[in-house]
Amino acid sequence: MRAGVIVFPGSNRDHDAFHTLTANLHVPTDLVWHDQTSLSAYDLIVLPGGFSYGDYLRCGAIARFSPVMAALKKFAADGGLVFGICNGFQILVEAGLLPGALIRNRNLRFICKTIALTTSTTNSPFTSKLIRGKLLNVPIAHGEGQYFADPQTLDELEAEDRIAFRYLDNPNGSARDIAGILNQQRNILGMMPHPEDACEPLMGSTDGLGIFESLITAVRQ
Amino acid sequence: MILTELEYEKVKTLLDREPTPTELGVFEVMWSEHCSYKSSRIHLKKLPTQGKYIVQGPGENAGVIGIGDGWLIAFKIESHNHPSYIEPFQGAATGVGGILRDIFTMGARPIAVMDSLRFGSIDQTRLINGVVEGIAHYGNCFGVPTVGGETVFEPCYSGNPLVNVFALGICREDEIFYAKASGIGNPVIYVGAKTGRDGIHGASMASAEFTEESKQKRPNVQVGDPFLEKLLLEACLEAMKTGAIVAIQDMGAAGLTSSSCEMGSRGGVGIDIDLDLVPQREPGMTAYEMLLSESQERMLLVAEKGREEEVFKVFKKWSLDAVTIGVVTPDGKLRIRHHGKIEAEIPNAALADEAPKYDRPHNVKPYRTAPLEAPAPVPDSKDLNADLLKLIGSPDLSSKRWIWEQYDYLVRSNTLAGPQAADAAVVRIKETDQSIAMSLDGNGRYCYLDPREGAKLAVAECCRNLATVGALPVAATNNLNFGNPERPEIMAQLVEAIEGIAEACTHFECPITGGNVSLYNETLGEGIYPTPVLGIIGLMKTEKPVPIAFQSEGASVILLGGFRDSSETEFGSSQYAKVILNQLWGTPPKLDMAYEKRVHEAMRTIVAEGLAESAHDLSDGGLAVTLTESCTSQLGATVQLNGHAAIAAFHEAPSRILLTTHAPEAIAEIAKTNSIDSVFIGVTIKARLQIHHGDKTLIDLPVESLKQTFEQSLPRQMKGAS
Repeated sequence: MRAGVIVFPGSNRDHDAFHTLTANLHVPTDLVWHDQTSLSAYDLIVLPGGFSYGDYLRCGAIARFSPVMAALKKFAADGGLVFGICNGFQILVEAGLLPGALIRNRNLRFICKTIALTTSTTNSPFTSKLIRGKLLNVPIAHGEGQYFADPQTLDELEAEDRIAFRYLDNPNGSARDIAGILNQQRNILGMMPHPEDACEPLMGSTDGLGIFESLITAVRQ
Repeated sequence: MILTELEYEKVKTLLDREPTPTELGVFEVMWSEHCSYKSSRIHLKKLPTQGKYIVQGPGENAGVIGIGDGWLIAFKIESHNHPSYIEPFQGAATGVGGILRDIFTMGARPIAVMDSLRFGSIDQTRLINGVVEGIAHYGNCFGVPTVGGETVFEPCYSGNPLVNVFALGICREDEIFYAKASGIGNPVIYVGAKTGRDGIHGASMASAEFTEESKQKRPNVQVGDPFLEKLLLEACLEAMKTGAIVAIQDMGAAGLTSSSCEMGSRGGVGIDIDLDLVPQREPGMTAYEMLLSESQERMLLVAEKGREEEVFKVFKKWSLDAVTIGVVTPDGKLRIRHHGKIEAEIPNAALADEAPKYDRPHNVKPYRTAPLEAPAPVPDSKDLNADLLKLIGSPDLSSKRWIWEQYDYLVRSNTLAGPQAADAAVVRIKETDQSIAMSLDGNGRYCYLDPREGAKLAVAECCRNLATVGALPVAATNNLNFGNPERPEIMAQLVEAIEGIAEACTHFECPITGGNVSLYNETLGEGIYPTPVLGIIGLMKTEKPVPIAFQSEGASVILLGGFRDSSETEFGSSQYAKVILNQLWGTPPKLDMAYEKRVHEAMRTIVAEGLAESAHDLSDGGLAVTLTESCTSQLGATVQLNGHAAIAAFHEAPSRILLTTHAPEAIAEIAKTNSIDSVFIGVTIKARLQIHHGDKTLIDLPVESLKQTFEQSLPRQMKGAS
């Protein structure tokens, strides 16, 4: 298995994702500069957190025009696993790979804290090793994490079992407590919380490990 | 004119002629208090700067220590007080940006930020909100965790808020960079943001008192772009790896002027710059404007001749401007050309090293108006429950969660203890088995009553915070925030405080590696309390730091260091006197530095042996407040005190750490070995905090109401702030 963490100008949790994949999960991983035009060498692509292009205009709005995005779309269309975390989720939404939008937190402030998540579906390569309904303690760190979509889209997400995670105590005003969603093909996950920062006891939680372990299992099958 | 007549005469002597208007502007800014330290320099020499961990002391962009295995830590504190008052959001944001550049200029990647804030009152919501959002905006986007700090409110800061930002970075021993130009003929390269008309004379603004007209200085405040700074960081670190860079310095205060003349003077060489080549944001800028602009996110570097392309290639990758604007020359002069004309020609050393040094009069008593003795005997409180709730809900003592949750304190996955988790912030160094503990502290009330003792107490408190998580203090940085040094009674405060820091830093073996002096913190003649802020860093083994919070029911609650005495005179400096009695008198608590150090030794042994379940030092608000902060949503404690009830519960004598353990005998043994007191005062229990006194119960409250008051106070006050 080989993972790639895309580095956009302004990505800043690229290092966190890289560290967790290599040090905690022993997955060979590359940091991939955003000008790459092919991602076929990888089984998993992580779009990391941060402020790509300064999040100017809108979060993720400029990154979606980045050269690597065409390659990412092809990679995803070919069934590759794409995991967007925080800014990565925002980019996936801006790129149209996931539905809806991420708007400013309800309290209009950046929020960094550890919150509790529930796993809403185990039917995906990202969540197969998790236990449905069990609480996961994972940090959030975002200013624009309020998930928004029209009621029809939200109904569809629910009907198609595409809501991966929900907040226990909604910190940002997200519609239907949504913290993470899957695409229809279930090979793309976007989530606002940071499981990559919750993968070792020293960091106060290991609840993020299950997602990465699910991914490793999925690739090996 | 900003220079005094005598200073102007000195300029003429150094140049052997009248300065041009551009040259005069350059001298004005380089010889400003902010850039030249002209009032403080002779006293700063008293600070200890040598020690076994020190790699680079004062004089560079940041201090540097070695932590072994070939790794270095660069760290420093800087103030952005004046700009933050004029324009809170951008003032604070660019304060963060400036100190981050100081760190990565040295080749170090920033891995932690802390900030020390002072406001006049909680009612300054626009100011508080702006400063906090500014820090959050810059640090979060840049990708450095803001892991700790302090926020204090006193009316004396209402016209002069303090924004002091501490940053710390890591680099390899063989990859450190200095700002020392060398190599005649080497190109001088400008990188980063374009130069605009912002921040012109910012350094001069920071060197004068505020008056009615100060708001007009808003154009003197710079505008920050953290995204650009993030690119600059990555590009600089990558460019440094090429081996083609000889020297590098950020353009901070006094911009292009200070970076070029300081690099030149450190290397004993000249620098010749053509302003026509400088990337400019707008046309028609004069030489004066370009030289004094404090546009952010810019760096100046000297590369090896012939290897420019290697440097350009890296900056191009990061979409940043990088152009050769000058050359290193043998004549030791800063020469500025513009439109084919020489606009300035000044010996670098004249600007950087020949700045005036003043021994300002200070042989008077430091300024204070507070009485020495208590106006009346400290009354027996009718309701200590109410007193405690009022204290922990007060702006100084209530939880600052509302502030720090707006900061990303986790990015980079190194934060072992963030805000409110342990006594010191702790970040691990992944590449080694060591972690860095850090603490920021200053107490203006103490220093106002006695600047020397107050400064010593700040050093002691930082070191105690470090000891509480088991860390050994190794080095310090300081930010000296004072009023107008031309007033002898203010200068006396500054001198006393510096000497106090020198004494304590020598005693606790944490030399000063640099810092910042911010004077003229006065508005309409009203000065701030003397406020030296200490930032001290310590080394510890990478492991989960001992938390503040109680961990289990039935644990022994021990006061390491003992109750310690407090007289009514000392009680006048306490938070109880401030919040409950609305008064200030007396002296700061007495500090016995030898005893204090033994407490730290004992605490480190306790941590090393894994005996403490929780630990929290006693400081503002005394024992009752420390106990409250240690309570969790489920766990409280029941403890027994003696002496004057209010004083015993709330006095702030130093050298004390509250800890919980299941091995009280072992703790007693360690205390005995270190010749310090250690008192068993009670046990942890479910759900309540009870403080007994003889056969009376002073305080008995459910932890739920304590936590609610502690946590909800600040958000309630800031509600609706925007």
